[in-house]
Amino acid sequence: MKEFIEGSHAVAQIVKRCRPGVVSAYPITPQTHIVEDLAQMVSNKELDAQFVNVESEHSAASVVLGAEATGVRSYTATSSQGLLLMTEVVFNIAGMRLPVVMTTANRAISAPINIWNDQQDVMAVRDSGWVLLFAESVQEAVDLHLQAYKLGEDPDVMLPVMVNMDGFILTHGMEVVDMPTQEQVDAYLPPYKTTYKLDVDDPKTMGYLADPDYYLEIRSLVQETHRELLEKIPQMASEFQKTFGRECGGLIQTYRMEDADQAFIAAGSVCGTIRQAIDELREKGKKVGLVKIACYRPFPKAALVAALKNVKEAAVVDKSISLGGFGPFYTDATSSLSSLGAGMPKVSGFVLGLGGRDITVKSIHDVYEKLSGRQVDCEFIGLKQELLAETE
Amino acid sequence: MAETLLKPGHTACAGCGQAIAARLVIDAAGKNTIIANNTGCLEVFSTKYPESSWCVPWIHSLFENCSAVASGIESGLKYLGKKDAINVIAQAGDGGTADIGLQALSGMLERGHDVLFVCYDNEAYMNTGIQRSGLTPTTSNTTTTPPGSASTGNPRPKKPMPDIAAAHGIPYVATASAGYPQDIQKKVKKALSIKGPKYMQIHVPCPLGWRHESNMTLEVAKLAVETGLYPIFEYENGKLIPRKIALIKPVEEYLKAQGRFKHLLKDPQAIKEVQAIADFNIAKYGLKA
Repeated sequence: MKEFIEGSHAVAQIVKRCRPGVVSAYPITPQTHIVEDLAQMVSNKELDAQFVNVESEHSAASVVLGAEATGVRSYTATSSQGLLLMTEVVFNIAGMRLPVVMTTANRAISAPINIWNDQQDVMAVRDSGWVLLFAESVQEAVDLHLQAYKLGEDPDVMLPVMVNMDGFILTHGMEVVDMPTQEQVDAYLPPYKTTYKLDVDDPKTMGYLADPDYYLEIRSLVQETHRELLEKIPQMASEFQKTFGRECGGLIQTYRMEDADQAFIAAGSVCGTIRQAIDELREKGKKVGLVKIACYRPFPKAALVAALKNVKEAAVVDKSISLGGFGPFYTDATSSLSSLGAGMPKVSGFVLGLGGRDITVKSIHDVYEKLSGRQVDCEFIGLKQELLAETE
Repeated sequence: MAETLLKPGHTACAGCGQAIAARLVIDAAGKNTIIANNTGCLEVFSTKYPESSWCVPWIHSLFENCSAVASGIESGLKYLGKKDAINVIAQAGDGGTADIGLQALSGMLERGHDVLFVCYDNEAYMNTGIQRSGLTPTTSNTTTTPPGSASTGNPRPKKPMPDIAAAHGIPYVATASAGYPQDIQKKVKKALSIKGPKYMQIHVPCPLGWRHESNMTLEVAKLAVETGLYPIFEYENGKLIPRKIALIKPVEEYLKAQGRFKHLLKDPQAIKEVQAIADFNIAKYGLKA
């Protein structure tokens, strides 16, 4: 059923339909509306779940870790500093192979404190072992939560999945959403059943100490599962399309790439802005397209290379930065594309929109202007030179 | 020996007070129990992959979060409708309880989860090599509070964890000692018969860190109680129930039994100060028989 709905409310609706047994969260802007809605649903008995109000994000993540280890589908959501405070537990959840699902309402990192959108928070847990999915729209955020539970709980996967949605732009944006019904969700997502749990009738030890004789293998198995996910995730997207009749998820999505000799690479809501800029450039005869990173971990190296092998120039749009290094998407894209050898396109890296600075269609045109210039690794777009001059 | 749920063959040191107490706790709790364990000696010596000494479902996540993990387990069991049949125990060492784990513990107590928290108090970070914690007693020699010309060891008193726990208004708080095994088991059973959050703190000598012979563990534990330095009591719904001391001994008897206090023996003033702590405990908790 289609409805005009705010992103956070839409996520709460789909999470409710996924029937988690335990929800735990700590308030942080701009995630808060999601868990407020879930608390109300529990209070109204619309959702049969335990809602645990914790004293920190560290404990929110630990509560869902404990619940998931008891064999109960669990949910949490956070943002920015909250995700950073969770970091230790985030790594632990993945290492313990617990299929928690978390929404991250992507937001800037302190200092300076800034509640607005960018994608720096998720990059802090990039290496944790979680499957990292990025939504471009509210509809995608809704659909990715469904896929997230199905994917993570697959007995051959057993990994946590994070759905990233841009803070405010998506969490507080209103959109017409085709909301799956409870019947559709129940048919798509069966109840979570596992033997890997804390059970007094079948006592297991979880969270061992692994010495140098075992640790390397245990970590390599997580990497192996991520490799297998490179096949499973596109399969899941095509099954989803058959069931729900719309495209969502997968490893990458492409826009007007058929004959493109120039391309943008990006993830999240900025892809909508890029699509508009591409349409305008196409009208001027520019053969330019977009490769959208829908899944960032596992990193879709082969898909990216296949999509960009005929391109001469590519611009990576990062809404985050590894300070002292480069934009994270840029680093992954260039290392993947280097497998093309002499056929590797010229790839430039651009950093935009940190701390909620608007990324307009003009910003994308500014990136495009620089694309045919000299190659750059990490160029900030939209810097106010007058502000920088004040610091000199 | 009766069947135990913490099997021997683990790698604890000879005479480890924590190993003795942990076995008494789980055997009193029984097999319908799930344990969430913080990082620390107990976790390390009992669950080195691929071996585990635990015959109950047991989980270790991190150093400071067993209270929150146990909250999640308890919430999961409630959702499944199984909570009434299953005990949940969160357990940690003194550092994992009073220092790094205090926030998560306070959250669990405040939220009213039906969980028994057990602190095995060996009075320092023994697993990393005897560093001071918030429960290290005054004057104790640890590797981060070494006595020297400007110091007589740890300068601060023990954090009053049982009183901090009790201040949350929880129904049951108890202290116990490895020197009194039946008392530990009686209190575990009582705690688990009460709904809501419970806090137990068990004094567990560490031969390595306290520097006493490994066959002296129970003697040393008893001396801590008999001198008043480790008061044994319960708070049942806030009401203090002390374990009275039949014959109160001078603190020197306890101090001289351990290398960690050796530097005090030539310092009568320091011994007086430790005696004052014991006297304070005896008065505060009504320990005099």
